[in-house]
Amino acid sequence: MTALPTRKLEAYRYADVDALASVWTSLAPPQRVEIAAQQKLQQIWLPSGDEIDVRRVELVLEAGAFARIFALNAASRYGRLELDVTLHEGADFALHGANIGGGDSTLEIVTTARHIAPGAISHQTIRSVLGDKATGSFLGKIEVAREGQQTDAEQSVKAILLDRGATANAKPELEIFADDVKCAHGATIGELDRNQLFYAAARGLDPVAARALLLEGFITGLWDEIEGDDQGIAELAREALRRVAA
Amino acid sequence: MLKIENLHVTVAGKPILNGVTLTIPTGEIHAIMGPNGAGKSTLAYVLGGRPGYEVTEGSVSFDGQDLFALEPHERAAAGMFLGFQYPVEIPGVSYLQFLREALNSQRRAKGEKELTGGEFIRLSKDKAALLGMDAEMLKRPVNVGFSGGEKKRAEMVQLGIMDPRIAILDETDSGLDIDALKAVGHGINAIMRAPDKSVLLITHYQRLLDYVTPDKVHVLSRGKIVRSGGPELAHELEREGYAEAAA
Repeated sequence: MTALPTRKLEAYRYADVDALASVWTSLAPPQRVEIAAQQKLQQIWLPSGDEIDVRRVELVLEAGAFARIFALNAASRYGRLELDVTLHEGADFALHGANIGGGDSTLEIVTTARHIAPGAISHQTIRSVLGDKATGSFLGKIEVAREGQQTDAEQSVKAILLDRGATANAKPELEIFADDVKCAHGATIGELDRNQLFYAAARGLDPVAARALLLEGFITGLWDEIEGDDQGIAELAREALRRVAA
Repeated sequence: MLKIENLHVTVAGKPILNGVTLTIPTGEIHAIMGPNGAGKSTLAYVLGGRPGYEVTEGSVSFDGQDLFALEPHERAAAGMFLGFQYPVEIPGVSYLQFLREALNSQRRAKGEKELTGGEFIRLSKDKAALLGMDAEMLKRPVNVGFSGGEKKRAEMVQLGIMDPRIAILDETDSGLDIDALKAVGHGINAIMRAPDKSVLLITHYQRLLDYVTPDKVHVLSRGKIVRSGGPELAHELEREGYAEAAA
């Protein structure tokens, strides 16, 4: 077991290390998932229900492999999703994730996408909704090796803060050694639109219902690409939004 | 009945309404006309309860109830509808979802049974048809990508779905072509021309009044009602301009 990380480490700079300390010795090592060439994988990550919920995954996509991860990070105290993805030639990876929390919860999604071969795709869409004194972060590192020509990497990170004490962090980090790549990243942090809130109120929605509905609109589309049973992730996200909207 | 008495309103400390007194009896349609900056939209917004409008004096009662004691959503549940001059876009939320939740929110507040998905879809199809709007448009996000005319038609569809006792319509006719203007006028008549309903129609121009005949016309100028009359007043204003009529 390695030593407990401190916030001096870049990947833990916004972490709740006290919460992490309480589970550190019992934490399972990162789960390693390999997807063979041309194979497909879809995973839906639901909150465990524990107040501290840490998940660490190393994903390796062989040539032409395809992976979709849909993740809801909504632990009541500390939720950390850590994902390290290695992409071989022509692999196609997408992450759709949400941090939804209130109280003094700390929620973070920390990813590294390693483009080690040509023509791979990594698209990450992260939406955070944070109320009260919650902190939600996305730290996304993209490494493009010299061999990673024609990489197509994208990060779209948006957050809504519902209260003055809430915090959102968005930190893209690009390390590019190839010269023919597309690496796009965009981040916005805002609050609910007052005109939209008044419009909803004028139609009869009470403040909590109005906020919940607008927040659903904000995360809309995150789960659209799920194939087959969504395992309840949309409903769980809706419930989490209703809690923070209340 | 909507009873506005000596209403004074400031926005960011600046007086906009300076003693508006106006009564709209149940069963009547009243039009308020006036030049830019007269305070027409302020009147609509303060009746709807938009934050940022401070009532410094006066009162408004709606069917005997103190309007200012109610939050905006409670005013809707009490039977008031505010039609927006600039309907707001809400990306990611479909019209059907928005209106169903809004209507059910009102019904809950009144202790009525909520509509099921099927019942609501039938209702919205009926009202869309009444306004000559393709019901498919209600599957799209609220007002996103709608033209100016489509937004105003959609406001009228909402009016039909909410079926209020009083409608405050703020320049519903602005930015409309003739066909849309006719549709909107027809909608107001079909939905709101009834003995138990009333309308406050705020407009710049007389042309909507070709399709909706008001019982009374009032001229608002510098935050006060300066003249009131019958439908003929609108024609006089159109002919002579506000400066003359308000003098």
